[in-house]
Amino acid sequence: MHLYRAHVLVCAGTNCSLKGHRAVRDALTREIVGRGLGDEIKVVETGCFGLCEQGPTIVVYPEGVLYCRVKAEDVPDLVGIHLLKGRRVDRLMYREPTRPVAVQTVPELDYFRKQVRVVLDNCGVIDPDSLEEYIGHGGYTALARALEDGPARVLAEVKASGLRGRGGAGFPAGLKWEFGAKAPGPIKYVVCNADEGEPGTFKDRLILEGDPHRILEGMAICGFATGARQGYVYIRGEYGLSISRLEHSIRNARELGLLGENIFNSGFSFDVEVRFGAGAYVCGEETALFESLEGKRGEPRIKPPYPTEVGLFGRPTVINNVETLANIPAIVNRGAAWYRSIGTDTCPGTKVFTLTGDIVNEGLIEVPMGMTLREVIYDIGGGIPGGRRFKMAQTGGTSGGCLPESLLDVPMDYDKLAAAGSALGSGALLVMDDTHCIVDVARVFARFFLHESCGQCAPCREGTLQLHHILDRFTAGRGSREDLALLGRLAKTMAGASLCPLGQSVPLSIMTTLKHFEPEYLAHIDDRACPAGTCRPPAGGMKPAAAGNGRRGY
Amino acid sequence: MNSIALTIDGRPVKAAPGTTVLEAAATLGINIPTLCYLKDVNELGSCRICMVDVKGARTLQAACVTPVAEGMEVATSTPRTLRARRTNLELILSDHPQECLTCIRNQNCELQALAEAMGLRESPYEGKMSCHPEDWSTPSLARNPAKCVLCRRCVSVCQKVQGVHAIQTMERGFDTVVAPAFHLPLGEVACVLCGQCSLVCPTGAIHERSQVEEVWAALADPGRHVVVQTAPATRVSLGEEFGMVPGSIVTGKLVAALRRLGFDRVFDTDFTADLTIMEEGYELIRRLKEGGALPLFTSCSPGWIKFVEHFYPKLLPNLSTCKSPQQMFGALAKTYYADKAGIPPDRVYVVSIMPCTAKKFEAVRPEMNVGGTRDVDAVLTTRELGRMLREAGVDFAALPEEDYDRPFGISTGAAAIFGATGGVMEAALRTAYEVVTGKALGNLNIETVRGLEGIKEVSIDLDGLTLKAAVAHGLGNARRLVELVARGETDYHFIEIMCCPGGCIGGGGQSIPTDAEIRQRRMDAIYTVDERMTIRKSHENPAVLTLYEEFLGEPLGLRSHELLHTHYQPRSLYPGRRESK
Repeated sequence: MHLYRAHVLVCAGTNCSLKGHRAVRDALTREIVGRGLGDEIKVVETGCFGLCEQGPTIVVYPEGVLYCRVKAEDVPDLVGIHLLKGRRVDRLMYREPTRPVAVQTVPELDYFRKQVRVVLDNCGVIDPDSLEEYIGHGGYTALARALEDGPARVLAEVKASGLRGRGGAGFPAGLKWEFGAKAPGPIKYVVCNADEGEPGTFKDRLILEGDPHRILEGMAICGFATGARQGYVYIRGEYGLSISRLEHSIRNARELGLLGENIFNSGFSFDVEVRFGAGAYVCGEETALFESLEGKRGEPRIKPPYPTEVGLFGRPTVINNVETLANIPAIVNRGAAWYRSIGTDTCPGTKVFTLTGDIVNEGLIEVPMGMTLREVIYDIGGGIPGGRRFKMAQTGGTSGGCLPESLLDVPMDYDKLAAAGSALGSGALLVMDDTHCIVDVARVFARFFLHESCGQCAPCREGTLQLHHILDRFTAGRGSREDLALLGRLAKTMAGASLCPLGQSVPLSIMTTLKHFEPEYLAHIDDRACPAGTCRPPAGGMKPAAAGNGRRGY
Repeated sequence: MNSIALTIDGRPVKAAPGTTVLEAAATLGINIPTLCYLKDVNELGSCRICMVDVKGARTLQAACVTPVAEGMEVATSTPRTLRARRTNLELILSDHPQECLTCIRNQNCELQALAEAMGLRESPYEGKMSCHPEDWSTPSLARNPAKCVLCRRCVSVCQKVQGVHAIQTMERGFDTVVAPAFHLPLGEVACVLCGQCSLVCPTGAIHERSQVEEVWAALADPGRHVVVQTAPATRVSLGEEFGMVPGSIVTGKLVAALRRLGFDRVFDTDFTADLTIMEEGYELIRRLKEGGALPLFTSCSPGWIKFVEHFYPKLLPNLSTCKSPQQMFGALAKTYYADKAGIPPDRVYVVSIMPCTAKKFEAVRPEMNVGGTRDVDAVLTTRELGRMLREAGVDFAALPEEDYDRPFGISTGAAAIFGATGGVMEAALRTAYEVVTGKALGNLNIETVRGLEGIKEVSIDLDGLTLKAAVAHGLGNARRLVELVARGETDYHFIEIMCCPGGCIGGGGQSIPTDAEIRQRRMDAIYTVDERMTIRKSHENPAVLTLYEEFLGEPLGLRSHELLHTHYQPRSLYPGRRESK
């Protein structure tokens, strides 16, 4: 085996790709080969490091020096100064907002020091297209161990770990697996839900891009524990890189007998197919996902029966989110007790978040469950850029709630965030500063749901339109106190009477903006003024509703 | 079976597993309001009107799709459920034109009834309404998507019951619309025009295309001699248009009512139903003896004919060449009758009263004519006749019983049962047995072909030949049977197919509502009509015998061939695109 004296890891996640990682990679390879260093230094493409805002990013090992916003023009310096002379290229090194000094190595960064990487263990470390590197980092040992332990022990371990579904609802994964295992019938399925549709969420994409085999291993273990022989990954059609890496990984795993017939001579057979979604938000809802996967119109089914009784193609199906499955190999290998040592009592383990909006370090992070919003935003996220003021953070994507400054110390897990009137959801974290009008933000939320409602049930189909209409009136300076009451009534009915979680969760984001920022609403209504100054027509110039806007009687 | 104990509004109730909360509540006399729900056909829980509070559940539950569970505590009329129902209904109404007074379903609209029951007095919402074009592309049905509440009953009945898939939900969210594929008009897709969608629509979003105005105009025209025929199934359903209980037999009142409207002659399609048995019976016997495509399929049901033309064109030779009784009547009215009555055929205007929307299409088929004159000029559904009579102020219940005019008013019990699934088969077997064996049939009631079973089989010994026959109703059942035939897996000689569930008593032009129980009552009534007739075998109809004697000569003769038989054409799945050229 050839040993290199240095490795240059180039992030090839989607965000760094968009910022031009390929040019950097090619320039590095050219420069290294051109200087005759091809035998000494290896350039490796990896999954996401997490610091998407700073991309394209590279890390040079063995020192672990992080370079940010690297361009092809910087490459001669990187090779000439760092890789040949052993000195660091100061101008490309990461500077934390709190400390003006350039940080030396990855482990020293606050951004990384506060993180605990279980799911993202291999992301940004291994070449995701290399099955050998995955195995080299302990890959597929959990599957081997599971096959030795038998389904009952695997099931018991996952149950004992307290792992809760990372798709958003937080249902205990072990319990779901147990229902699946107990369901009668010769044919069962495992489905990996990779239809990551929540705005601002891109964790599943980066997990799949950075460590695809981890998902395949998790699915195989799930199949073994529940008695399924076939798995499907339902993935957004837009996730081109995830799809190609996943399909490449499936092929490699089949070649080595890690998927397919009689895995490790155990008698257990399991295979995985990738199916693409066509972009409907509602298809992230598990039963709508089944409909779509079966080739039908993507609309939610009535529950019960639940997927573990009647799921894909009418068969018992265990459906788990990407991140849930990515936890499985670690749980099997290191045990439930270890897993429970991370996170909180009711929500063990870590959570992957995607930081977006008005935050310095936009990107991907993994932290123990229970870390406060403040720690995540300020210590890891680097706070609000440009010296502006924090206004609100929305957790869980557009279907999650909005939290004001007074709730910054809420610990982030399923139960605490729910108690605070929001939701952990998929792990999206959207931060907004005080330049945004909360009413206009709510209107944009409503427009999203109006666009994504599937149209099956009346409260969601008609309610999303009316919600948007009412909020539109507010931002246009035509709203009234009656409209505010109507908004509340509509929200209650949608939350309580919609057919599926999509419609049920629509009011959460909108009503939390009203709950925490009511004076801003009232300014729009009573004073026809937009305190943030963003609503049209300009504040102060708004006129009372015209005659044609009166209520319709019938 | 174990029964499940639960409480609804504090009252204990026991129900079988699989029962819904809606059904269990009904046993306690609690009628939870519904809109999209249609038992066994459309159980989607999508309108969210039937919301109930189930203790321990995070959200409200739709009673129509929530199965009962042991120890469940259900509350049906809490402030929360009432508010949710009301808000949902307000939302549905916010996207529904407030045109009740001019709507075809005025006073027979489930949405209107709900709004009344919930006491809605204003619409608090003012967002935009959906806007989709009306569709008047077929002679049978018209669509007005603006009035659609997206309950999807029509989609379910078209797909699950009829297996036709002419319409589906298109687009998403607020833009969702029920429409044919690619937003084509109904006339340009493989719709058989059965009208089952119009029968289940709770509003006026899809309805029969009315010909009432044409008929009023004809009646007012002194130059016209307007004759009318009444289909077998209409005499057991028209009463419902006037609040009578389903299954009321109103034959005599129907005749009287039509006279009040000013029809010159009131005749009976039952007469040509008897004639159909003669022609079709002889056609079967000829195919059995001389060879020809078997099994022979009946051809009375125009929806079924169009279904074969679209989906099974290879089986067209198996269809009986007999016109339907409606068309036979028209052809004879404008020849034999006109001649006998001394009226120029072009002055005779033929109106039919039908339980069917597809009959409107059948009447305008180009091949359905005699020497260039259409057999039938206007087709009114049971519903349209009800409306005409109400418009004319006819007090239906108070009408006397009157008799049909002669000669086309004379019929048999065999013709009456054409209105129910299995009826044509039973009538044919009564005649075939006696004609082939020369022996009298002891018991005329052939029970094996009666009832609402989807596919029924019968075999009868005809002096050495065992005639094997089958009956299907509803195109979903028909398709199952036809698939077996198409694969050569059956040895039937004769198959009766009726397009609509239950046969014509459940036709798409019948009174609304038409549900399983009402179909059963109409069916029972049809057999009562049969029992009450003096003559119950088609070949014993004296008027039919006279017709052969005076005019037609013999079954399958030259005149029959010209007037009473027809041909069919293959149709593509997107006929508008190809055949309009």
